[in-house]
Amino acid sequence: MSDGTATARPAVESLLRLGDDRLVLGHRLSEWCGHAPILEEDIALGNIALDLLGQAQGLLKLAGALEGHGRDEDALAYFRDAGEFRNVQLVELPRGDFAHTMIRQFLFDAYDVLLTDRLAGSPHADVAGIMAKAHKEARYHVRHSGDWVVRLGDGTDESHVRAQRALDALWPYTGELFAADAVDVAAAGVGLGVDARTLRDEWQAMVTAVVAESALRMPSSLTVAEVPAGGREGRHTEHLVQMLAEMQVVARAHPGASW
Amino acid sequence: MPRGLTAILPAFEPRSPPELLPVTATAAQPAPAASDDARLAEFEARIARGERIEPKDWMPERYRRQLVRMMGQHAHSEIVGMLPEGAWVTRAPSLRRKLSLLAKVQDEAGHGLYIYCGAETLGVDRHDLVGELLAGTAKYSSIFNYPTLTWADVGVIGWFVDGAAIVNQTALAKHCSYGPYARAMVRVCKEENFHKKQGFESIATLAAGTPEQRVMAQDAVDRWWWPTLMMFGPPDADSPNTAELIRWGVKKYTNDELRQRFVNLTVPQAQAVGLTLPDPALRLDEATGDWRFGAIDWDEFWAVVKGNGPLNRERLATRNAAHAEGGWVRAAATAHAAKRARRAAPAARAA
Amino acid sequence: MYGDVLTVPGESAAVKLDGATAEAKAPPTAAEADAAAGELLAPDSQWQLWEVFTQEAQGAPHEHAGSVRATDAAHAIQNARDVYGRRGKVLSMWVVPTAAISATSPDDAEPFFDPASDKPYRHPHFYKAPRGVKGV
Repeated sequence: MSDGTATARPAVESLLRLGDDRLVLGHRLSEWCGHAPILEEDIALGNIALDLLGQAQGLLKLAGALEGHGRDEDALAYFRDAGEFRNVQLVELPRGDFAHTMIRQFLFDAYDVLLTDRLAGSPHADVAGIMAKAHKEARYHVRHSGDWVVRLGDGTDESHVRAQRALDALWPYTGELFAADAVDVAAAGVGLGVDARTLRDEWQAMVTAVVAESALRMPSSLTVAEVPAGGREGRHTEHLVQMLAEMQVVARAHPGASW
Repeated sequence: MPRGLTAILPAFEPRSPPELLPVTATAAQPAPAASDDARLAEFEARIARGERIEPKDWMPERYRRQLVRMMGQHAHSEIVGMLPEGAWVTRAPSLRRKLSLLAKVQDEAGHGLYIYCGAETLGVDRHDLVGELLAGTAKYSSIFNYPTLTWADVGVIGWFVDGAAIVNQTALAKHCSYGPYARAMVRVCKEENFHKKQGFESIATLAAGTPEQRVMAQDAVDRWWWPTLMMFGPPDADSPNTAELIRWGVKKYTNDELRQRFVNLTVPQAQAVGLTLPDPALRLDEATGDWRFGAIDWDEFWAVVKGNGPLNRERLATRNAAHAEGGWVRAAATAHAAKRARRAAPAARAA
Repeated sequence: MYGDVLTVPGESAAVKLDGATAEAKAPPTAAEADAAAGELLAPDSQWQLWEVFTQEAQGAPHEHAGSVRATDAAHAIQNARDVYGRRGKVLSMWVVPTAAISATSPDDAEPFFDPASDKPYRHPHFYKAPRGVKGV
């Protein structure tokens, strides 16, 4: 890893960002397993969680290979502390009620369907392969979560109130999805990442349309100071620390073991 | 409507709209004793010929009720069965294991759903069946009232509990006289192929792993072996339903026969990975080829069945909490669909 | 607390939720009251039952796979996709409200279908061709 290091670092970072978003969100969704409002939805949430976790597995594997320190996807998932995770804070927040889960999912899915579309054209064949598949999955995810946003927003008074509360609470966290830094720009330059600022208008249009159909009110725009940030650099909420404590407990109790 | 649809209707399996209910489901039906006897004779003759009974066929009320009870219990077991293993999805020690466990537990939801659907062809409603589960008036498999204490429990459940379920369900898929139940079992068995194997693979990995992993695996085997044997139900002598269910072709084999089959399959598997089954009396009967096993503690079984197992109350409380918390979601979806339909109605009239 | 859960019938949770929802509501308009009547009576009522048909190979017929609960056709398609399409063998799906299906009854079987079984002249093996003639 001599001259490669300078260009490899943004690539590895970018793959970790992509992989960690999916790992953490997939984990949060999997927490519904056995507890969903109805059997059909239990199965649906399981499908989406499996899609995201599968993507995470592939992306973290690539990140580990590119990093060249002998870490595989499990080493990255189970033996990094919260400060080394590169996901946005949006995905690490607790699952909350079904409205919170679905609004969060929709906000992410709408971003993801655009992101995966771009990365499906990556010159890096492995990334392109993972993302082409992820894009197909995301097209279904956004339809599923978007329909639920409409159902909840335009359902009963109670569901409307819950959906609006979730939208208002989650909205500030979407800022981080579109904050590209030097790492993202460098990774985008070599087709291993996306400058997400370029996705924002399309995302906003998609979200606005669904929110309008759901009879919900768009949250007002926020100042930079109001937008939580730092997940991409490893600054997280306490929720991620708790989540990882659970997720990693077995693996860390038996370092070096195979499963 | 696609024109080709008519082509599939004869193969279609009718279900719960009132006019499609099996005749036995309507209490008002006049049933002179003589004709009932004749119908019962014809029904039993059909079973004897190995024919399958379909939802709209005449069936004795007791046959219908036995099936509702049995399918309800089976479906409930799938649903409650999601809880002990589901609790480990978030702690699975590798991404591969996390994916396979989640897919497996998700399948249990699917299987519960298939069986509820099958039961609905008998004129009951999923809502009512679930209500009985939540109220604690319906039973589910006693095995799910035991705690999952370590990661190894997840593997052993796949190996033992799913292994036992497969023995039972394969027989139902092949032989059950009620068509919708048998068909649900065919689908379930197809999908469950990987459940047992992933569990056994996981345990084999632990058994060949570090000393701590090996201890974990043996401990899980020790705790789950006897409850798994109890899963097949009381011994034939104490199983009031068995004779009738066999006569009506719902079951092909008795509880004891299925239990023996499971033991015969499992002993060599345990030997292959060097784990010990916790039964000093276990020995091969050379004459029959059966593995003879020690006495099962039926007091424990009945205690768990009657609601006094380690986790009966907790499992029910968890299901009730999930169902209650989902109430507003189900109501929202219903309300939204009604709103849409109302909005579409004037437009349709105008067009 | 556990005792309550064991003895309370399944519907109780629904009734409680219903009460909570009703209290939270502003006085409804006539149209709203009409619209809400169904859901207020049974806010936890089951979604409609739909039959699912899947096509597993190109050119193959759609076959009955099972059923799902859903609130409308689009929702039913989604649920059917997640329940019956999660093993990657499905090319196309139909959903039909169960209530929309009419079927024959067992009593119909004789008059409907038996007459078809004694018409051997509908089948090719009824006819003979001279030995050695091919392609007939």
